[in-house]
Amino acid sequence: MTPRAWPCPLAVGTAEAHALTFDDFRRCRLLIVPALFDEANRMRRFTVEVMRRLDGAGIDCVLPDLPGTNESLQPLERQTPDLWREAMAAAAKHFRASHVLGIRGGALVTPPGLPTWHYAPVKGGSQLRTMLRARILSSREAGRSESQEDLLEQGLTHGIELAGHRLGPEFIRQFQALAPAEATVIDQDVLGGSGLWLRAEPGEDRAQADALAAILTIGIKS
Amino acid sequence: MNTDTDSLLRKILTDVLGLKPGQADGFAADTGLFGSLPELDSMAVAGLLTEIEDRLDIVIDDDEVDGELLESFGSLLAFAEAKRASA
Repeated sequence: MTPRAWPCPLAVGTAEAHALTFDDFRRCRLLIVPALFDEANRMRRFTVEVMRRLDGAGIDCVLPDLPGTNESLQPLERQTPDLWREAMAAAAKHFRASHVLGIRGGALVTPPGLPTWHYAPVKGGSQLRTMLRARILSSREAGRSESQEDLLEQGLTHGIELAGHRLGPEFIRQFQALAPAEATVIDQDVLGGSGLWLRAEPGEDRAQADALAAILTIGIKS
Repeated sequence: MNTDTDSLLRKILTDVLGLKPGQADGFAADTGLFGSLPELDSMAVAGLLTEIEDRLDIVIDDDEVDGELLESFGSLLAFAEAKRASA
């Protein structure tokens, strides 16, 4: 497992970005677009566990940061789903990816043009609704009353902070209507356990990581 | 009518709380849920509500969410059954 830098396109210019890689110059090379926001934290270990298994099966993997997330120095509030998709397309090109996997909300910004799998994809509107609701619940505990409509309006006008993530108006506008593009969908049911993004804390599940890696290996090598 | 609401809800709680298969079968109406599980923060509760909406095909108004709703398995089940009946 090697951390690598890659040139990530921004709204203006490019900047060096971080990616986690298993790269042995092999023929099969999978770009993984990570889950988004709080789910990114809860799914990170599982994602890397799947990468370790794919590496063992002879498949190179790369897990780039989306601009404004993880180790990225870019401000999140200037990002949009379109910019994220362009960044992932640039990462696919830079790392010469042959295949793509989008995890949960990552499925919303997988780049076009390569054979693609979406693991447990989620619609932008659904993930946004959960984040708005979390904010409403925590505000209520603090004695403030907020509504989804008002928060959404505020987000579309001025941007909004949800679960610690500062999102700009254009991000909200694009994200609320976003659905995953065409891809081979891997439903949670076939992994034989419950989705780790549902848990309150980050977890791991060897059997599920085995199952997802096996499905991807068969798909990539066939 | 909505006889599967009970089993669907047990399955959702199994998934969200990371329970072992079958563990939720032992939930009774007065089994405490979130009062006894302080690690569930607002994000986790929000995720649970979205999951309930998706799998039971209902819409939960934020005004309907209070401490009482999530106090016990019985209160959550009664709420979900009433929602499905009126859907």
